[in-house]
Amino acid sequence: MTASAAETAWDPSQPILEIEHLSISFFTRLREIPAVMDFSCTVMPGEAMGLVGESGCGKSTVALAVMRELGKTGRIVSGSMKFKGRDLATMDDEELRHIRGSEIAMIYQEPMASLNPAMKIGAQLAEVPMLHSGMAKDEAWKLARQIVADVRLPDPDRIINAYPHQLSGGQQQRIVIAMALMAKPALLILDEPTTALDVTVEAGIVDLVKELGKKYGTSMLFISHNLGLVMDVCDRICVMYSGEAVETGNVTEVFDRMRHPYTQALFRSIPLPGADKNARPLISIPGNFPLPHERPKGCNFGPRCDYFEKGRCDETDVPMSRVPGDDRHESRCLRWQEIDWDAPPAKRAVKEKAKIGEVVLKMEDLRKYYSVSTGAFGGGARKVVKANETLSFEAREGETLAIVGESGCGKSTFAKVLMGLETATSGSIMLFDENVQSTPIQKRNTDTVSQVQMVFQNPFDTLNPSMTVGRQIIRALEIFNYGKSDAERHQRMLELLDLVKLPRAFADRMPRQLSGGQKQRVGIARAFAGGAKVVVADEPVSALDVSVQAAVTDLLMDIQRENKTTLLFISHDLSIVRYLSDRVMVMYLGHVVEMGTTDQVFAPPYHPYTEALLSAVPIADTKVTRKRIVLEGDIPSAMNPPPGCPFQTRCRWKSQVTPAGLCDREVPPVRVLEGGHHIKCHLSPEVLATMEPVIKIAAE
Amino acid sequence: MGLFVLRRLGVMLLTAIALTFVVFYLTNLPPNLEKLARTEGSVRMTDEAVQDWIVKNGHSGSIFLRYGQWLGVVPGWTYTDEKGQSRGRCFQIGQDPALAPRYCGLLQGNWGYSTFFKAPVAGSLGAKLAATGWLMLAVMLVMVPTSLLLGVLSGMREGSVTDRTLSTFSIATTATPEYVSGVILVALFATASTGISPLLASYGLIEPNKTLFLASATSAMDKITFWNFTLPVMTIALYGIGYIARMTRASMTEVMTQQYIRTARLKGVPFRSVVMKHALRNALIAPFTVIMLQFPWLLNGVVIVESLFNYKGFGWTLVQAASNNDIPLLLACSVVAVIVVLMTQLISDIGYVFLNPRIRLA
Amino acid sequence: MDQLTWTGTAGTVLLPLLQVALLALALALAARLVFVLAGLDAPRLPGPDGTAAAARSPGELASLAVRYSFFAALGAIICMLAAGAVMPSPVEAGILGAMAVRFWPAWAALAATFVLSIRYRRKLGLYGKLFDSTVGMIGFAIVMFWVFTAIFADVIATHDAFAQMSGLKNKPPGSAAPDTAYGWYLLGGDHLARDVFSRMVMGAREVLKIAPAATLFAFMVGITLGLPAGYFGGRLDTVISFLANLVLAFPVILLFYLLVTPEIRNTGIPIVLAAFLFIFPIIFLIVLFNSRYHTNPPKRNLYVGLVLLIGLWAYSGLAFNRDPLGIWSMQPNMLNVFVSVVFVNSPGVFRIVRGLVMDIKARDYVAAGQTRGEGPWYIMLWEILPNARGPLIVDFCLRIGYTTILLGTLGFFGLGVSPDSPDWGSTIDDGRKLLNLFPHPAVTPALALMSLVLGLNLLADGLREESLRD
Repeated sequence: MTASAAETAWDPSQPILEIEHLSISFFTRLREIPAVMDFSCTVMPGEAMGLVGESGCGKSTVALAVMRELGKTGRIVSGSMKFKGRDLATMDDEELRHIRGSEIAMIYQEPMASLNPAMKIGAQLAEVPMLHSGMAKDEAWKLARQIVADVRLPDPDRIINAYPHQLSGGQQQRIVIAMALMAKPALLILDEPTTALDVTVEAGIVDLVKELGKKYGTSMLFISHNLGLVMDVCDRICVMYSGEAVETGNVTEVFDRMRHPYTQALFRSIPLPGADKNARPLISIPGNFPLPHERPKGCNFGPRCDYFEKGRCDETDVPMSRVPGDDRHESRCLRWQEIDWDAPPAKRAVKEKAKIGEVVLKMEDLRKYYSVSTGAFGGGARKVVKANETLSFEAREGETLAIVGESGCGKSTFAKVLMGLETATSGSIMLFDENVQSTPIQKRNTDTVSQVQMVFQNPFDTLNPSMTVGRQIIRALEIFNYGKSDAERHQRMLELLDLVKLPRAFADRMPRQLSGGQKQRVGIARAFAGGAKVVVADEPVSALDVSVQAAVTDLLMDIQRENKTTLLFISHDLSIVRYLSDRVMVMYLGHVVEMGTTDQVFAPPYHPYTEALLSAVPIADTKVTRKRIVLEGDIPSAMNPPPGCPFQTRCRWKSQVTPAGLCDREVPPVRVLEGGHHIKCHLSPEVLATMEPVIKIAAE
Repeated sequence: MGLFVLRRLGVMLLTAIALTFVVFYLTNLPPNLEKLARTEGSVRMTDEAVQDWIVKNGHSGSIFLRYGQWLGVVPGWTYTDEKGQSRGRCFQIGQDPALAPRYCGLLQGNWGYSTFFKAPVAGSLGAKLAATGWLMLAVMLVMVPTSLLLGVLSGMREGSVTDRTLSTFSIATTATPEYVSGVILVALFATASTGISPLLASYGLIEPNKTLFLASATSAMDKITFWNFTLPVMTIALYGIGYIARMTRASMTEVMTQQYIRTARLKGVPFRSVVMKHALRNALIAPFTVIMLQFPWLLNGVVIVESLFNYKGFGWTLVQAASNNDIPLLLACSVVAVIVVLMTQLISDIGYVFLNPRIRLA
Repeated sequence: MDQLTWTGTAGTVLLPLLQVALLALALALAARLVFVLAGLDAPRLPGPDGTAAAARSPGELASLAVRYSFFAALGAIICMLAAGAVMPSPVEAGILGAMAVRFWPAWAALAATFVLSIRYRRKLGLYGKLFDSTVGMIGFAIVMFWVFTAIFADVIATHDAFAQMSGLKNKPPGSAAPDTAYGWYLLGGDHLARDVFSRMVMGAREVLKIAPAATLFAFMVGITLGLPAGYFGGRLDTVISFLANLVLAFPVILLFYLLVTPEIRNTGIPIVLAAFLFIFPIIFLIVLFNSRYHTNPPKRNLYVGLVLLIGLWAYSGLAFNRDPLGIWSMQPNMLNVFVSVVFVNSPGVFRIVRGLVMDIKARDYVAAGQTRGEGPWYIMLWEILPNARGPLIVDFCLRIGYTTILLGTLGFFGLGVSPDSPDWGSTIDDGRKLLNLFPHPAVTPALALMSLVLGLNLLADGLREESLRD
């Protein structure tokens, strides 16, 4: 490591990173767009600082500014960023180059994209010490091998000679972490390091980061939109909104004694254990995130704030003010001392529980196999991928059935088969007493088609970008033979916009003029255009910001309640599943491993996979304690599933199964416990009964 | 990998058969045969005499059979006239048909007899191909390094002045087909009346009424010199340079915005190494295939340039064969062209696999 | 009357200026390249206050020099043209000035187009955004200049493009033509003593008559085949792709030598090809309207009926020359050229469309269309195609340029055009025989062709940049 004079002069009791009144703007042809305004924060040695906020709030810009990587258009307008006492903002290229990678390292969201596809892992790792401490090549490779072992990757010798594409997503992220640690940096910046990963893999990475942080004494700047994750990893937190830090402080302090309306609203809009769609529904934040050039005068959060006071909050810029108690707890609110923070939310409307009616959809023994060719050019052997294996369940009118699982579990294939985009290999799908399993969508009659509709995951993809919103809804009405005239359909389209609480003027807008949440609403309106009875929602809110998630979820629930729709809610997010579903089906590698009512699934006995999944989901509540169960390795590929029980490669209960080795040989039978709770596991009922709850809520 | 090459070869063979058949069909259309009859026989032949000539010379019958004969998978035609004299594809008049081989097509090495050169096709085409080979070699030597350099330089800092300048140059050259650039280059460098030659002559740098470069490359058939070869080579290369440079630039700019380049920069890698070590290999995958797939167009350039500069190579031969209705020669030219194109496609596929580790080891 | 000079009276001042500027430009460019290669052009990071650091690097000085000398040269040329345009007679205006005057209808139309477009550019979608990009604007200006030249060719041309004037054979630019109305051969005479300037102007019309239309037809064919190939994949894709690759593997010149000959016209092959290729626009439009309006039969019948009526009428005239009313027709050699160019271009379009479709069909809105039971053609034509328009428009511009080059190639080899046609390719071919002695008859159309294709390429570049910016 380069030992410059400035470094030796730095006193370790001083902050590692001290950002003061930092403002960053991007300059386009038309205007200056301020991305970050008056941002200050301090990271002490060994401390982990969490930066939290919704997309567009400027948290990643802060991280990139610390690295001085703002591109051609971004510029630091004012303020200073002191790293070990030296101002990063005024450093020249050469000094900066010495600090990058050796003193400050960064880990990014997309591990695959962050690794050079044409370079061996070892070369990419060894490059760091060779550059910064002039290490010889052999030695650097030796160090690389050691660090690869440190991040707990199996078979490090093979891995350092591999190319990135030969590793799984979780392994790639470990390599990126290893690369960041090669020079033992003083500060590690993590920009949503686990967002692209599955929950059970994420849990492993989070543990690793925490452990390595302790081991090397590295300070961390951890950027995330996930409050639960921040609570897991960080000591301190800084909540950002629209380019400003609005509240900062100790994690527990901010979580329990928040002193900014935005932080409070954020917590009220995320589903925590105890929230319930009927008795205690979520409260969404009204309005929309302001665009950078349309920020209001005064407090940026003003227009969406419950405590907004006209003539005061919208007058002058609001400075950060100290909150007594914990050291360094600050809030950017003029009224924080006047607000009664413990008052329960005023407008929490209790909703009536919807009645659950007849069975409308019944699947029996559904299988869907694909035949794919391996090898790069269509040569090679053909393989059968079992995307869905013996799927049986029924869904009733007005019911919400959640389908939970990580990538490759077959939940999307299942949706395609149900929609008729693919036909099942065997088994039956009964839809209102009509067998549709082998009827592709082109052969289904219009009624059947309009009754089963879908809401898609990606709001940026769900609407045709070159057609107006109104036109797209009208097209759905046309195709479902609704109404006799264009005028009638136009009227109905406007009513549908009302239904999803969008202004009627949106009919003439193009999708790119809408925000993500608004697009998702249009997607919902389109799905309900033909009076759908069964709606498959494929992760409808996972790409949205938390504050918008609540609103869209509630909308979906309201329409469901009104229309008595059966909702099949596909998700990987257990918090939201617990919040809104009546029954839950957990899938793993094409198998349904557990099925039951929400209470049954979220309480022991669990299927071992469900247990691990529950433990992996971070919960942003200081009163909740979770048992840590970290699964080994990655999810096996659906192309090459393990023999016997699909989960046996990662199961921690495997040793308790008698006779030993049963899990390797046989797919377990479905065990029906009391109350119609299905578990697909070899574990005996006695062992299952010994399971402890994963989540415990401390008494209030 | 082996299977992949085999499949590719199979498709190639199919393509080659289809393409040569199309050429065979189009060159052996009745009007072409009639024209051939009149040039070989006499211009004043009656229509019946023409038909008679066509039948006697084996140009009648099913097109597929004739194609088979030409290829050498169907026995060659024979014709015995009323006087008992035999003629046939595989022997001269007067020879004993019994001694002649039954098959005598392309596969047996019989490329036919060129009516234009008045010589067997195989021999005359060989010499021409060698001449074109030298031309192509020189073009490649100029074009590939220049274009890659230009592309990488302009792509590594998108939007910079270097980028703008080089991009403009690339666009300008892609807008200039060979027949245009050839004319302009000659006017600039190889006429005694315009361009720089009179200027140089007035300074006494070259002899009066001589030109800097030669506007004809005929002398390069015997001996290639800088003065007679530069213009034809530059004419072909210019067009390709622009095209490949633009491809390289696009590929390079895309790679430079990739996250792994940012990773490298944030590791503290100096800019030069970022470009050389991290970006270059990834950025060259796309242009490599482009260079290889440029060959059909390069052949085009060769034909134009050889006509323009009167360089008697493959392209010149093709033009002569086509305009003189020399069917065997034209067919032979097509076979060569098709083989060259297909070979480059194969090389491009294989090279892609080797350059791209993601595919090789998948 | 005397020989005209290039720059007239204004040239005495401006010409030396131009020479100096050009020399400086060349030197600066060379210096710049050297510095870039030497790595001396590292951009300095702006300081915290946004100002540049003290000293400029040599690379930057060179690039400044490039810029200034370029503007100086450009200014000198513009001054020359402008000065020429205000001079009363060709003698004082010089050749350049006199030409600038002759092109006045094109200038006027160009100015009107730009004023209107820039005024309303915010309402004009992608076309309007073109005026945000300098490169795009330059390209558009060049292209429109030639388009207007083609439209007003009769007014701009100084002589009949076919008339031969004794004594003016191979005469240099600016020669006096005493017995004519205009009085000068602005760009000299060719080997048959025709006016090179007028032939170049009329040539623009020849080229712009065929190139865009042929490209449009190629797009219709490529789109109609590429959509299903990319969308359905499988065997259909294999077969069509194989055929497309077959055509692409043919060296273009060989194909032209085989397809564009007088003999082949007798066999009827061009008509068969035309019958095959020209049917695609009709199929395309019928499927387009049918898939959209099949829920509303009266409307559907109206649109499909109209397409059939007009389409088949034009089809009978263009492909078979059997238009009962005699409005649609094409000369046999023109048809031959047209069909061959469409044939050569279609596989390229096919490949692009296929690739785009394979990319876009994975989007959720396509799945949304499928789940509400839309037919495959509706999804292809109304959900996928409109979202592929950006790259397709860019490719359309590039491909018109490519087609122009192909047409020039045909002319250059004397294929399929009448011998005295003024189109640029054959004029270059005519001129190259005496290129050593009299370069001007060949260089003039060569520069014209180059500028048109350059304009199209720049336009495509500008469009690409702007469409990516969304």
